[in-house]
Amino acid sequence: MIYFDKVAKKYSNDPNAFAIQDINFSVAHNEFVSIVGHSGAGKTTLLKMLLAEERPTEGNVFFESVNVNELHRNEVTKLRRRIGMIFQDFRLLPNKTVYENIAFAMEAAGRSDEEIAFDVPHVLELVDLGHKIWDFPGHLSGGEKQRVAIARAIVNQPDIIIADEPTGNLDPVNTYEIVQILKKVNDIGTTVILTTHNKGIIDLLGRRVITMEGGRIIRDDASGKYVL
Amino acid sequence: MFWLNTKRIIRTGLLSFWRNGFVSLSSILVVTVTLFTIIVIIFTNVVLESVLADMRSKVDVNVYFVVSAPEPQILAMKDSLNKLAEVSSVKYVSREQALQEFKDKHKDDYLTIQGLDELGDNPLGARLNIVAKDPSQYEGIVKTIEDKNALVAPDQSIIDKVNYQQNKVVIDRLSEIIIGAKQLGFLLALVLMIISVLITFNTIRLVIYMSREEIAVMRLVGASSTYVRGPFIVGGMIYGVISAALAMFLFWPIAIWLARATTDFFGGVNLYTYYIQNFFQIFFIVLMAGIFLGAVSSFLAVRKYLKV
Repeated sequence: MIYFDKVAKKYSNDPNAFAIQDINFSVAHNEFVSIVGHSGAGKTTLLKMLLAEERPTEGNVFFESVNVNELHRNEVTKLRRRIGMIFQDFRLLPNKTVYENIAFAMEAAGRSDEEIAFDVPHVLELVDLGHKIWDFPGHLSGGEKQRVAIARAIVNQPDIIIADEPTGNLDPVNTYEIVQILKKVNDIGTTVILTTHNKGIIDLLGRRVITMEGGRIIRDDASGKYVL
Repeated sequence: MFWLNTKRIIRTGLLSFWRNGFVSLSSILVVTVTLFTIIVIIFTNVVLESVLADMRSKVDVNVYFVVSAPEPQILAMKDSLNKLAEVSSVKYVSREQALQEFKDKHKDDYLTIQGLDELGDNPLGARLNIVAKDPSQYEGIVKTIEDKNALVAPDQSIIDKVNYQQNKVVIDRLSEIIIGAKQLGFLLALVLMIISVLITFNTIRLVIYMSREEIAVMRLVGASSTYVRGPFIVGGMIYGVISAALAMFLFWPIAIWLARATTDFFGGVNLYTYYIQNFFQIFFIVLMAGIFLGAVSSFLAVRKYLKV
């Protein structure tokens, strides 16, 4: 489904200033892959490549046999509609209600008003936030915000969910709940790529772990542990 | 899909405008200042034009005919002068009218009136009073008069004198003042407009800068450029519409206040009457300027943050 082929990225002309280099890995349908590593290891850069936020200096990134690097801006927009994004800082739209935040992602994907009216309450029930539907993000706790972000990410039934440090700002209880939701999403057939620092999460998941250090992949274990 | 997206863009634009109350209010005030400047420029131009028209109307050239000049030839010359594009009006003053004017003018000057009576005959010739559309055109008109004279009366000139040379210095000076005033007015209006537009553009850019994170999120969830940009453009247009109404409303008491001063001192134009009579035209101009400014500023400001 996803294939990184000899990918490297550098942000300056310094020949040694690679953010990531020599990245080769693939992710199959319905996989749950965790990417771990210290800050600056290149995890977020890797995800940005997949979203076409950044273009590789060398190599190619394929999403279902399409070379992401060669996509035109309009095609990038379409690609992103097939990917659900979850961020550490939630990135909800502050002037929109919970309902409107999720509806916006559906509107962007060209869904009808009837579909939106039906799906948004349903997906909010899935993340146990049906009672907060008309609240603004400013009135939600960190855990609730992240659950709204997950609802927004899954509402268009994307092929893949990318979660960039989704539990970084959460307490252990909320962290556990978010991980359970991600597992549930994966169980119903969605590929999940998760970056994290949290050893507990990795051990709890018991799924494939890619370990990065200094911009390179140093381990790729099918049912790995957090080893750093 | 087009109409659905348009409906959503308008709805989102209206909602954002309402929810960003303080930011919207600040933007409206800045755009109002710009549109108010446009109204001031329009009215300044009206006053300037009125003053210049008044000055122009006070400059004329008289063609004095010899006493023996036949009236049909003078009237023929009047008709041909009336057809000139440069001529605003030509007034024929017959010998009798000229005599009557002279008597009226000197009614208290007993010696002059007595001298006139002693002559027994009317010593004054007829004349044509010519007003040009622009003082700079008098030279050409006088040249045409001389040519016409040659055509109408080839044997003997029927023109006694043309007072153009006497008035030439004043006319030339006035032409320079009018051209200078127009250029200065245009330059001032241009500078004011540029400053106002830049201030408006920067204000809207600042508003959109505050939303840059929001724009980035919209792009990451797969919203197209049009879908992200649309609500901001709608917001900019709303600023324009409200600001246009506000600027017109604010100018209303000012027009009343200025009405007397402009009527008395600036060539008879009453600003309040002009404001009422041309309300819809001025409002349309200001409204279009406001919508255009708001929409274009938003369009350009958002563009920078769409490159995600």
